[in-house]
Amino acid sequence: MPFVIAAPCVADYSCVEVCPVNCISPGPQDPDFQNAEQMYINPQQCIGCGVCVEVCPVAAIYGADSLPAKWRHYAQVNRSYFMQRTRADDVP
Amino acid sequence: MTSLRVAVVGSGPAGMYAIQHLLEQSLFDVDIDLFERLPTPWGLVRAGVAPDHPEKKLIADRLFRFFLKRDNVRFFGNVEIGSDISHDELTASYDAVVYAVGASDDKPLAIPGERLPGSCSAREFVAWYNGHPDYRHLQFDLSGPRAVIVGTGNVALDVARMLTLPATALARTDIAEHALEALQASHVNEVIVLGRRGCQQAAFHNPELEELLHLDGVEVQIEADDLLPPEQTDADWDTRRKLATLIRLQARRVAAPVKRIVFKFHRSPIAVSGDTHVTGVQVQTRVGSGSPRSGLPRYGSPGSGSPGTIDCGLLLRAIGYRGRALPGLPFDLQTGVISNVAGRVMDGSVPRTGVYVTGWIRRGPRGVIGSNKQCAAETVGCLLADARAGKLSRRSDDPVAQALIANQRQVVSFGGWQRIDRTERLAGSARGRPRIKQTDIGELLTSAGR
Repeated sequence: MPFVIAAPCVADYSCVEVCPVNCISPGPQDPDFQNAEQMYINPQQCIGCGVCVEVCPVAAIYGADSLPAKWRHYAQVNRSYFMQRTRADDVP
Repeated sequence: MTSLRVAVVGSGPAGMYAIQHLLEQSLFDVDIDLFERLPTPWGLVRAGVAPDHPEKKLIADRLFRFFLKRDNVRFFGNVEIGSDISHDELTASYDAVVYAVGASDDKPLAIPGERLPGSCSAREFVAWYNGHPDYRHLQFDLSGPRAVIVGTGNVALDVARMLTLPATALARTDIAEHALEALQASHVNEVIVLGRRGCQQAAFHNPELEELLHLDGVEVQIEADDLLPPEQTDADWDTRRKLATLIRLQARRVAAPVKRIVFKFHRSPIAVSGDTHVTGVQVQTRVGSGSPRSGLPRYGSPGSGSPGTIDCGLLLRAIGYRGRALPGLPFDLQTGVISNVAGRVMDGSVPRTGVYVTGWIRRGPRGVIGSNKQCAAETVGCLLADARAGKLSRRSDDPVAQALIANQRQVVSFGGWQRIDRTERLAGSARGRPRIKQTDIGELLTSAGR
């Protein structure tokens, strides 16, 4: 089960630095980083190890099935971030 | 291994991330002194982040706190650089000084009447409701039914929420007591948010906008001529998300609304009305859809629509913070930052040896908390490169402590801050709140010394 970054994210990118499969974007070297609202986890690459959950300084990362109700749509937001260049109607 | 003595000025995210990068390198033994003007650390994490965003404040407990617990880091709270210790004293005592002082001014609207009582910056309002000691005495006129906010960034939305959240919701946060009382007695029931450009250019972020969907008893109206279904635009993904949320907000029906937030896009304030106090703001409609495909100018230009006046008793400008010059350091008036290249402070084209900047005072007031991490990585990278090149030196060891004793300054150590922290949390737990902030310097110093 993939993990999901929800609304509290402050783009600290500790998660990007520890992810063993490099599935969190954007990283500080990416051109998108400057204007990024937050980081996102690619659900197709996430192996569910949960290392990112430990290092997140604002506890913004949840298992996809344990998101608080007000942030439940962030599973789709994370997925959608990685599809944005391939679909026009991808907005959650 | 050589030792490096570094002073960091300012304990907000910019300063804390600078410390993190200094602690994570292994080229030098490093001793860090952190100077903070207030008795309390964390900068805008304490005094800027909205009270109803407790998750974001976790960063102090889950990250920043650990840096200050290190043996080679000392916290000097209640010490102001420039008055208690001069910039020259600091540079003489340290191999390197990193200024991370943030942006303590704001951009003016530059319209007539802006200085009338009742017209303030959102920055001041935020500092007031968050209990910043310098702003606790401010008074905001909440006796009228309408407040106007100029600007559409996250600060504008924070302020709009604070003005409309039910009193019971506010009372569960760490909002300052004086602000809680004032907002509980507030008569404001309509908040107008003015955007100079269209909704597709609004600066707020998606999470902040989405929160408006969850405000109890608050209906949201959107007046925008560029509010299009996301699939009909070629705007970027973040903007398409915002459009989807704005449409959802517009369609949302609130049973028995008690307050209202109205977004008016493509509107510019041109003058503040009132003789002795704000009575309204004159607003002009700007032409031009924000849609890049419309063929019209991307940004509205003034002078088209007829001006109208929006009556209000409170006008808050939320159009951006601005850095303040520090005595003895080169300042770029145009951008409101200390002149620098990649964090090295520059006198013209010459680097000021051993003096660095990071965070908002380096790059201007933009980005989120984590943007300061990348910023600090670069600044500290320059500092370490200069140290490796043998450019850094200090003339004396630790006269700072003597200077503080000579000034009879009551310094707040990290232990002192922990005592303040404990006092505030205890007071809060008795009332079902995360903490009750102490906002008076004398009271804070008493708690620190207890």
